[in-house]
Amino acid sequence: MELFTNQVLAGIATGAIYACMALAVVMIYQAIDHLNFAQGEMAMFSTFIAWQLMQWGIPYWGAFALTLIFSFVGGIVIERALFKPLAKAPVLTHVAGFIALFAIINSVAGLTWDFTIKQFPSPFGSSPFLGSQLISTHQAGMIGVTLILLVLLFIFFRYTRVGLAMRAAATLPESARLVGINTSWMIALGWGMAAAIGSIAGMLIAPVVFLEPNMMGGVLIYGFAAAVVGGLTSPLGAVIGGFLVGVFENLVGTYIPGVGNELKLPIALALIITVLVVKPNGLFGRTIVKRV
Amino acid sequence: MSTVQDVSTAPVVAAVPKKAMALGPLASLIILALLIVTPLFVKNFIIFQMTMWLIYAIAVLALNILTGASGQFSLGQSAFYALGAYTSAILMEHVGVNYALTLPVAGLVCFIAGFLFGLPALRLSGIYLALATFALAVAMPQLLKLGVFEHWTGGVQGLVVTKPDAPEILASLGLKVSQDMWLYFFTLAVTILIYIFSVNLLKSRSGRAMMAIRDNEIAASAMGVDVSLYKTLAFGVSAGITGVAGGLGAIAVQFVAPDGYTIQLAIALFLGVVVGGVGWLPGSLAGAAFIVFVPNIAEHISKGLSGAVFGVILIIIIFLLPNGARQLAYLAQGLIGKLRKH
Amino acid sequence: MTAMLHVKDLRAYYGQVQALHGLEFELQEGSLTTLLGANGAGKTTTLRSICNMIRSTGSIEFEGKKLDNKSTESIVRLGIAHVPQGRGTFTTMTVEENLQLGAISRKDTKTIGDDIERMYAHFPVLKQRHTQQAGTLSGGEQQMLAVARALMLRPRLMLLDEPSFGLAPLIVRDLFKILGKINREDKVSILVVEQNAQLALELADKAYVIETGRIVMSGTADEIANNEDVRKSYLGY
Ligand SMILES: Nc1ncnc2c1ncn2[C@@H]1O[C@H](COP(=O)(O)OP(=O)(O)OP(=O)(O)O)[C@@H](O)[C@H]1O
Ligand SMILES: [Mg+2]
Repeated sequence: MELFTNQVLAGIATGAIYACMALAVVMIYQAIDHLNFAQGEMAMFSTFIAWQLMQWGIPYWGAFALTLIFSFVGGIVIERALFKPLAKAPVLTHVAGFIALFAIINSVAGLTWDFTIKQFPSPFGSSPFLGSQLISTHQAGMIGVTLILLVLLFIFFRYTRVGLAMRAAATLPESARLVGINTSWMIALGWGMAAAIGSIAGMLIAPVVFLEPNMMGGVLIYGFAAAVVGGLTSPLGAVIGGFLVGVFENLVGTYIPGVGNELKLPIALALIITVLVVKPNGLFGRTIVKRV
Repeated sequence: MSTVQDVSTAPVVAAVPKKAMALGPLASLIILALLIVTPLFVKNFIIFQMTMWLIYAIAVLALNILTGASGQFSLGQSAFYALGAYTSAILMEHVGVNYALTLPVAGLVCFIAGFLFGLPALRLSGIYLALATFALAVAMPQLLKLGVFEHWTGGVQGLVVTKPDAPEILASLGLKVSQDMWLYFFTLAVTILIYIFSVNLLKSRSGRAMMAIRDNEIAASAMGVDVSLYKTLAFGVSAGITGVAGGLGAIAVQFVAPDGYTIQLAIALFLGVVVGGVGWLPGSLAGAAFIVFVPNIAEHISKGLSGAVFGVILIIIIFLLPNGARQLAYLAQGLIGKLRKH
Repeated sequence: MTAMLHVKDLRAYYGQVQALHGLEFELQEGSLTTLLGANGAGKTTTLRSICNMIRSTGSIEFEGKKLDNKSTESIVRLGIAHVPQGRGTFTTMTVEENLQLGAISRKDTKTIGDDIERMYAHFPVLKQRHTQQAGTLSGGEQQMLAVARALMLRPRLMLLDEPSFGLAPLIVRDLFKILGKINREDKVSILVVEQNAQLALELADKAYVIETGRIVMSGTADEIANNEDVRKSYLGY
């Protein structure tokens, strides 16, 4: 029993990483109806920016804030330059665009900062949290930040005019334009916010996985999985999905014999697919009835 | 309570006119002639690259049948490619089957695997299907490494495959054909067979049913098309053809190993379809050329930034030719038409 | 009175298909004008062209400003509220959020709360349902919500596409009374497309009849109501 509780706790700790990434995934999905395959690379790049700023002597929280701004603006610029012109293109073209973006960011980061791993500091330290060997203060901080982000997003979408406009633009673009909402800028805003949230995810993940250009590969897959399990339309669903995936992955690794680190990922994915087959809109997604 | 709303059905692919899926006879003959003559004048290494080009063209064509014709989306083709490659390799090395005979087996095994995978995938569409197939691609290398299969698969080490010689009958006729050259022409023959099969498949009742599903699934089922059957069938056929490509790939590279079939291969095949033109079968050649040669070109332009150069080239293609090589072919056709008039 | 909306030589296209063939009409400031016509005549298309929601050529001027190259949202921001055919309700949001969205482009945010109360006074049923998801309202209630949402813009001109669609006759009368009141008291000019020609003509001061994308008749509402052809084809007596 104790093993079980411990593994669940450890799972929640890693789940926080996925939850954070899933939040960013959901933000973009809401805005443009696509999964951004380059999201992880964008987060990685932002994290390098933060690292670089700290190398130049800027203290952690200053670098954090500057990185947030940089990422927000960067997200908007990418949308305006690359994806706005593709707005009417078929889905496949979009996906190709994401792959191109992935290749470019990864390669530029590799050239600028090379592929050796770098230490990234945690603002929360890494001592045991409340004397527990399973959760460090950093992981507890990560869970805290994720939950705060979730609350902030909830308030933003529920109680601010811009949040309301973004929701309207995401659900019914044509009606949104008819009440005077500039839907195209709402999409750009969605990109900016997603990039900023992604940068937070990156900065929180980096102390755990170490900073290097390929650090987000695995994390993004889990982030997608979490977002999909959560139904892709709800930030709360994404966060719960993140924790579920984290816990699940840990339990599979512990209780199913012969599952080493290598097989954790495929098994987690296979089970997520099973969830989807049973509940195609995820656990928290809206049911949408299709019409011809 | 469920909310009913009109789903913005941005099509997975822009609708493709049916007759546009193949090439005219003249253009086909010219391309065929070029494919036959070119290898006679180039070095062995280039012949090998051309062989790989054809093999990838088959795999791209297979995905094109799935995406272009039935409107489904797969990021998991590398898994079927791997399955085909291992089937051929194991049959050749462990059982001693002739290389040519392993290909139909690889195709059949993958057809069945694809059909079975297509069954649960039926319940998924769009993004969800992409994720499911993606998971398959990610899982495949790990599955191939499993200790249980190690006796057959060679585990992490993989298997070495013997390169076939040209049939002796050619030598007795006084033709000296190198191994590379022979493999190239063998691959070309397989490619042509598969191309003809695919074109006819799309022209057939089944092909039309698939395209009806692609254009409007609900309307198609209202017209009495058995949507589940044709969607899984498309998965099966696509996987089967990919398996043949995988088998050929194993023979050409003389080696199979789990890490040769990662998600990167699946992404490359996907890009091949986009660059070649979704739903346009001859575009598979152009798409495959992109996969085989553009990374080399990018490497050549800038070693450190080859990924970025690759990305930029891809973006330029998407922006200038959103419909891929098909668009280029139409432009050329229009131009030739104009020249003729003058 | 000066013309508030000028439409000249309007041609609209759905892909290759032309739906409007050089439509011309104008709307006086403060007037309540109705567009009549059979199904498929091009009424919806006309309203959609005004808001630049489909590809069209010709000239549309609103209070002296050309609308041709403006985006839908900037046209709305000039004070043109459009109640589309099919209502365009944000079904996953609450009734109150729908009303707030109607005012989303307004700069004077302080008075929005008062306006919402005014809408509740016009349509009491919306008040009862204000925290409910809009998609769960009945069709008629959604129609009221759509009109209320458009009014939240404090528009100068309101375009209404079949506001009576799906409403019980009694409710339609009420709705039209409210529209008349808004037109007179709040000085909102109205262009209304209606299947219920009789009611529309009672309320309107000016009317146009569209047939296959062209204006075939125009005049005061009384003139049109008394026209023999109109009586036969649209009023049914
Ligand atoms: N999305 C569309 N694609 C193609 N043609 C269309 C489309 N919408 C309308 N049309 C055509 O344009 C013409 C005008 O249609 P419109 O919707 O403006 O008619 P309407 O007068 O509003 O009719 P109703 O009273 O039925 O609403 C019709 O012939 C219609 O078939
Ligand atoms: Mg209409």
